[in-house]
Amino acid sequence: MYKKVDVGRKILSANEEYALENRRFLAEQKKLCLNMISSPGSGKTTILARTISELKDKIKIGVIEGDIQTDLDAERIRATAAPAVQINTNGACHLSAAQVSGALEKLPVNNLDLIFIENVGNLVCPSAFELGEGGKIVVLSVAEGDDKPAKYPAIFAKSKVLLINKIDLLEAVGQVDFDIERVRADARRLNRAIEIFKISAKTGEGMDAWYNWLKKEIENID
Amino acid sequence: MHETMVAESLLAAISAEAAKQNAKPVGAKISCGMLNAINDEVLCFAFEAIAKGTVCEALKLKVEHKPIRGRCKKCSENFDLDVTHLTCRKCGSEDFELLPDAPLLLEEIEFETE
Repeated sequence: MYKKVDVGRKILSANEEYALENRRFLAEQKKLCLNMISSPGSGKTTILARTISELKDKIKIGVIEGDIQTDLDAERIRATAAPAVQINTNGACHLSAAQVSGALEKLPVNNLDLIFIENVGNLVCPSAFELGEGGKIVVLSVAEGDDKPAKYPAIFAKSKVLLINKIDLLEAVGQVDFDIERVRADARRLNRAIEIFKISAKTGEGMDAWYNWLKKEIENID
Repeated sequence: MHETMVAESLLAAISAEAAKQNAKPVGAKISCGMLNAINDEVLCFAFEAIAKGTVCEALKLKVEHKPIRGRCKKCSENFDLDVTHLTCRKCGSEDFELLPDAPLLLEEIEFETE
């Protein structure tokens, strides 16, 4: 004999509870928190280091770094004099809301205007885990190819901003096969509201538009 | 590979329900939206691995994938979205919005009874 029992329960509810708590905490503190997601090597840490250095007189930024191993990225952030907390996931391919909750306790949140979470380099799994952030930023570098929004729709559908990084490679080499218009069209079809900035965190090209967007978002919270 | 975390969460939920029902769970149905990026084989493999030696050892998982839904801004049609063909099913317009993705849900559990 068999019997069926209806459950109708959310499976990742434990993560969602932590995410809700983080969101509540950040709202109380009136802090903007952005979850940065991309493939490994797209330039997340370089973007953050440059953003922190160039905005240091205007915006106080702290960073939660997620990596499978090492604290190399947190060291790169600390070299800019910004506070950084490293989370090592020891194999897990994404950050969880509980890990972020622990990291928020270690950051001097009171003294910050903006907290970046640099997620584990991975275009798939991090998009399925809410951390309590105010928005997701997806980074795509031109060397990865222009088919990524079509192949990995979830993260492009859920992000507030798409940063197309390493555009200096397009001009310097002139041989990278990357159609920016295709990326823009595919991303916009999934997500009408997504803001798209073309940048080079190495040369600084296009970064001002990204900084202006950040300033506006921070003002909207205050 | 976030399937492992999903499997752990599932195992905890099913084990708790089994204790309540005082019966052996033999099957479970879960559902999720396509944007959850869950791979069936990886999830079943992960579940089998962590369920060894627990009350859920022989349990068979069934995963139902719910399509991404869109709403056309031109003709107001709600439709299932094909990500390789991003247009409204009814009028062909490219002007649509994505509706919220279906959550990852444990729908039902099947128990063996005496």
